[in-house]
Amino acid sequence: MTRITSLKDLQRLRDDLKAQTSARSDKANPDSIIQVKVAMATCGIASGARPVMDYMKEELEKRNIHALVTQTGCMCYCYAEPTIEVTIPGKEPVVFGFVTTKKADEIIERYIRKGETVEGIIARDYETIDSK
Amino acid sequence: MAKKQLRIALRNCGVIDPERIEEYIERDGYLALGKVLTELSPEAAIEIIKKSGLRGRGGGGFSTGLKWDITRRVKADQKYVVCNADEGDPGAFMDRSVLEGDPHSVIEAMAINGYCTGASKGLVYIRAEYPLAIERLKIAMKQASEWGFLGTNILGTGFNFEIEIRYGAGAFVCGEETALIHSMEGLRGEPTVKPPFPSESGYLEKPTNVNNVETYANVPVIINKGWEWFAGIGTEKSKGTKVFALAGKINKVGLIEVPMGTTLREVIFEIGGGLQDGATFKAVQTGGPSGGCLMEKHLDIPIDYDNLIAAGSMMGSGGMIVMDDANCMVSIAKFYLEFTVEESCGKCSPCRIGNKRLFELLEKITGGNGTPEDLDKLRNLSHVIKDTSLCGLGQTSPNPVLSTLENFYEEYREHVFDKKCRSSVCKSLMMYIIDAEKCIGCTLCARNCPVNAITGERKLAHYIDPEKCIKCGACMEKCKFGAIFIN
Amino acid sequence: MWRMYGEMQIRRNFYQLMRRDEMEMIHLTIDGKPVTAEKGTTILKAASTVGVDIPTLCYFELRDLGIENKPGGCRICVVEVEGRRNLAPACTTKVENGMVVNTHNIRVLNARRTVLELILSDHPAECLTCAKNGNCELQSMAQQLGVRELPYTGEQSTYRKDTSPAIIRDVDKCIMCRRCEMMCNEVQTVGALSAVNRGFMAVVAPAFEMNLEKSTCTYCGQCVSVCPTGALTEVDHSRNVINALADPTKTVVVQTAPAVRAALGEEFGLAPGTLVTGKMAAALRRLGFNYVFDTDFAADLTIMEEGSELLDRLSRYLKGDKTVKLPMLTSCCPGWVNFFEHYFPELRDIPSTAKSPQQMFGPIAKEYFAKKLGIDRKNMIVVSIMPCLAKKYECQREEFKVNGDPDVNYSLSTRELAHLIKSANIDFDSLPEEGFDNPMGESTGASVIFGTTGGVIEAACRTAYELYTGKKLKKVDFKELRGFENIRHATIDFDGLPIKIGIAHGLGNARKLLEDIKEGRNQFHAIEIMACPGGCIGGGGQPYHHGDSEILKQRAAALYREDEGKAIRKSHENPFIIELYKEFLGKPLGEKSHHLLHTKYFDKSAGVFVEE
Ligand SMILES: Cc1cc2nc3c(=O)[nH]c(=O)nc-3n(C[C@H](O)[C@H](O)[C@H](O)COP(=O)(O)O)c2cc1C
Ligand code: SF4
Ligand code: SF4
Ligand code: SF4
Ligand code: SF4
Ligand code: SF4
Ligand code: FES
Repeated sequence: MTRITSLKDLQRLRDDLKAQTSARSDKANPDSIIQVKVAMATCGIASGARPVMDYMKEELEKRNIHALVTQTGCMCYCYAEPTIEVTIPGKEPVVFGFVTTKKADEIIERYIRKGETVEGIIARDYETIDSK
Repeated sequence: MAKKQLRIALRNCGVIDPERIEEYIERDGYLALGKVLTELSPEAAIEIIKKSGLRGRGGGGFSTGLKWDITRRVKADQKYVVCNADEGDPGAFMDRSVLEGDPHSVIEAMAINGYCTGASKGLVYIRAEYPLAIERLKIAMKQASEWGFLGTNILGTGFNFEIEIRYGAGAFVCGEETALIHSMEGLRGEPTVKPPFPSESGYLEKPTNVNNVETYANVPVIINKGWEWFAGIGTEKSKGTKVFALAGKINKVGLIEVPMGTTLREVIFEIGGGLQDGATFKAVQTGGPSGGCLMEKHLDIPIDYDNLIAAGSMMGSGGMIVMDDANCMVSIAKFYLEFTVEESCGKCSPCRIGNKRLFELLEKITGGNGTPEDLDKLRNLSHVIKDTSLCGLGQTSPNPVLSTLENFYEEYREHVFDKKCRSSVCKSLMMYIIDAEKCIGCTLCARNCPVNAITGERKLAHYIDPEKCIKCGACMEKCKFGAIFIN
Repeated sequence: MWRMYGEMQIRRNFYQLMRRDEMEMIHLTIDGKPVTAEKGTTILKAASTVGVDIPTLCYFELRDLGIENKPGGCRICVVEVEGRRNLAPACTTKVENGMVVNTHNIRVLNARRTVLELILSDHPAECLTCAKNGNCELQSMAQQLGVRELPYTGEQSTYRKDTSPAIIRDVDKCIMCRRCEMMCNEVQTVGALSAVNRGFMAVVAPAFEMNLEKSTCTYCGQCVSVCPTGALTEVDHSRNVINALADPTKTVVVQTAPAVRAALGEEFGLAPGTLVTGKMAAALRRLGFNYVFDTDFAADLTIMEEGSELLDRLSRYLKGDKTVKLPMLTSCCPGWVNFFEHYFPELRDIPSTAKSPQQMFGPIAKEYFAKKLGIDRKNMIVVSIMPCLAKKYECQREEFKVNGDPDVNYSLSTRELAHLIKSANIDFDSLPEEGFDNPMGESTGASVIFGTTGGVIEAACRTAYELYTGKKLKKVDFKELRGFENIRHATIDFDGLPIKIGIAHGLGNARKLLEDIKEGRNQFHAIEIMACPGGCIGGGGQPYHHGDSEILKQRAAALYREDEGKAIRKSHENPFIIELYKEFLGKPLGEKSHHLLHTKYFDKSAGVFVEE
């Protein structure tokens, strides 16, 4: 725990964190890692995001894939819950909808391992505050 | 293709882990607070919010900067800022999503609000039915305190600010700010006459600034990116974006955030992907129980506070329900009135009794017993309830009736004069009839009718006694020859 | 809960005071007339200054007592303020410069009438058999707005009828004006009534909609006295009294409380403050009561006992007896007795043990007078006419019964007596002035003023002073003890001994005074407490004042007038009282007195639901 005591410290911390994150998805970086985010808001959990998240964690480890699985809030594709976002270093993040454990298996085997396209990709349909 | 959505309030939802403050900080979290505390006077910060054109997202659409300024100007030894996370509108869940996906943004904005208005205490009024949001908010509050964004001497500036959570029991009217305050005071959750506004005399009769979750979620971005950036988005009088919960007969049900000025058509047909199963669009309901039903001709109006009101609906908190031909508009109005009757606090007579009478009139009409005078009564009663009710609930509760009367009068007329419900929703207006040509007299229907309404000799055409029929539809389901139809 | 209400009340009063200082004037137009009003004035009040009368239903005010109810709930008073989207309630909307207000245009009239029609559509049309018939503000409003039919009808909200020893709640007739709630919470700080349920089923009720009897209700009846409709009324015992009167085996004795004579006339169209003592006695005789006595006689007796108790405690205290409890609190008001049994049971050894006048009268009637007549106490029926609803409960208390036979059988309110007189077709106005019967009809001026706040303690001072000092008072009037202020303090010089007196009327004020004492902020020798604002003249059984505090003032003035007109004005000089002690009781605080005229109090804090 760091107690931040000035604006300057805060800015410095932010910059450090940013650097860490970009390093994580930089293919050239030996410490880069595959990131999986599971939408774990009430709606996601209600449609089964929790088992998907557990499955992802367990299976990626079992299959010796170096990956970081984290939870996040609502990705706002309620019609397609559960949704997960997978970021392979060097590639744009991809969002998958209607993810079941079976689908998760397919995503691990085909998209993460082999880089093949897998059905169920949801195209990002919004601008962000950075792009606007 | 240009993307129609822009995520400001939802910027971190689905992006960061809401339980890790580092991820929030990485995305400029608490920077706005730091900037305001270190570089800006309360007046200057309020000026930014004012100029940004941000208006309350809780329904009223009041200028946020102005509200902050009013609270700031009132002299008092103690002031409060309150986050309204009651979200009682059925079908709305944008505030929940923000709190579940990005709780720090609300904490940060409340602290900014506290600094600007002179309040050292914040209260989040959240419905107890949001356990996950509460949990994440608590985690975030704990982290914020540990990291020094809440508590004393925040970021070394000498500013102190604390937040407490208060739980609501889930009454819709407790989202109304005066009722919310009374509920927090341990009194009955019912509104009181305004003025005085909470900004002048609110929680424990101290100046209290109440803002909605989504309103707060916009604040840090405005500070960080500047008011010019924010004011560059939206329409002349409504700036920024609005989050809607798209629901109903639409393909892509979910949360969307669009710049003000986006048209309903774009929302429904482009972002929402049109109607399910290619059904025909009939109406869109915005504003929840306080809003109205708009029709085809309204689809091209740019969404903002004033346009929606002019069209007879409301922005409300952001519910948006799309309807098709299978929706009976009289029944829709009845559905909303049923909700209002349940949720009225009962304090003032027009809302307590008037809404009940409105509902009963609608029941009468959908039950096939409506008279032409009932239509006049609906109209007069609606206007009087709006005109005389004490709080926003009663002042808007007849909107679903008035807007459907205005836009779908023909359906009311059919219910009353022709005793017909074109959407086959109103059971009392349906007649199950056996087509004598098609009926071969197999007796299957008669054997399946739970009330023995069907008579007829074997091998001869059967007959349904409309007096006895309870419109359960069992016969129609059973008939193998498609001989039974609804009129 | 009451704490919060109480504080808000104080703060509100404070703001009102501040406002007076500012005295900023506002200019506006109401119905085309230019109006100037002080800042902070409501449209309702500003309009009344130019003769524009805006109808109201939930709004209620007892101005001189600082009591106001304005929830803004009924919406009958709505007016149009030009430029505003919605109509505004005149009772709560403050005037603003340049405001243009229309109070009676078509939009307003239609809205107002529709709102009333809605209220009536959820109201049982039972006027013919309703206790409020003829006195009902809803009924008069329907008449005033000329409602002839109800366009909107439908389901009505119905509730369980609740009968307690003194008060009937028939809240099917409740219009949610919240006056009772304000009275019970803000003024009385009892907190027995509050709004429950939501929407169409919202109503004012005890917590959990339990029976009033199970709540902390004191039966002060203040809720009844302000309820605009028949939702809250007294339990009517007049039928029992008629039966007793019709029973030839019974000797029926009646006693009338001091405050009744100052208010009964109002029921017969006489000006408030008209004293009808003689006509009342005449009417009671015509109704068939065998003996028409006066509770005032018993009030003199109360002073003898209570005054002696005060002197006893004082002299023991002055002699250094540490076990003596001071201040002594009066105990003649049963509403107040109920209140401290519920809320301050730990203080229950402080009030005087003297019974209330009503309950002193009972045993004297049944143990002394009945014996004198040679009849069994069971064949004597004692009826009291009271300004009070708490007395209905009081006379039903177990400790005031002998083998199940109550000392006082029935307690009727002033209103019930008026109904009895009317139903017996007695032309009240043309009745001759008659006197009370003896021996229990003779009273002094001291007992008459029992009926108004400050009167009991003034009466006690007259007697205590003379008994203590052995000197005659030069001036029997203690003007420093009079008035309507919520809480009053005075120091009376008992020939060199300063006696500190406190007075509170209204239970909220009593609570404040008691808390001051508990926390040592104030010290008194004696304190008078009356549950009802104004004292018994404002009792829950009095003719409805409909919020006109002038009426209360006139009633109080009438009692002081009657006092002044009396030949004897000190209780201990009442010849019949002297006779009674000689012949029967012995001496004040003596054994017989102790047995017949004193009581004890109970801890009722447990077993009832206390809302905090
Ligand atoms: C019946 C009723 C219900 C309301 N419910 C909510 C609610 O659930 N959430 C909310 O933020 N505002 C709600 N409001 C609006 C609030 O009264 C208030 O205007 C708002 O919280 C102010 O915040 P804003 O200016 O940021 O919108 C409601 C208003 C009414 C009349
Ligand atoms: S309008 Fe309805 S919710 Fe609002 S105060 Fe009146 S009764 Fe209560
Ligand atoms: S309360 Fe009034 S209006 Fe209602 S029945 Fe009684 S007298 Fe009639
Ligand atoms: S009688 Fe008095 S204490 Fe009882 S409910 Fe009425 S106001 Fe409250
Ligand atoms: S019981 Fe009577 S005083 Fe109380 S709210 Fe109902 S109508 Fe008003
Ligand atoms: S003040 Fe009088 S009327 Fe009121 S409760 Fe006491 S004795 Fe009864
Ligand atoms: S009298 Fe004004 S709202 Fe009832």
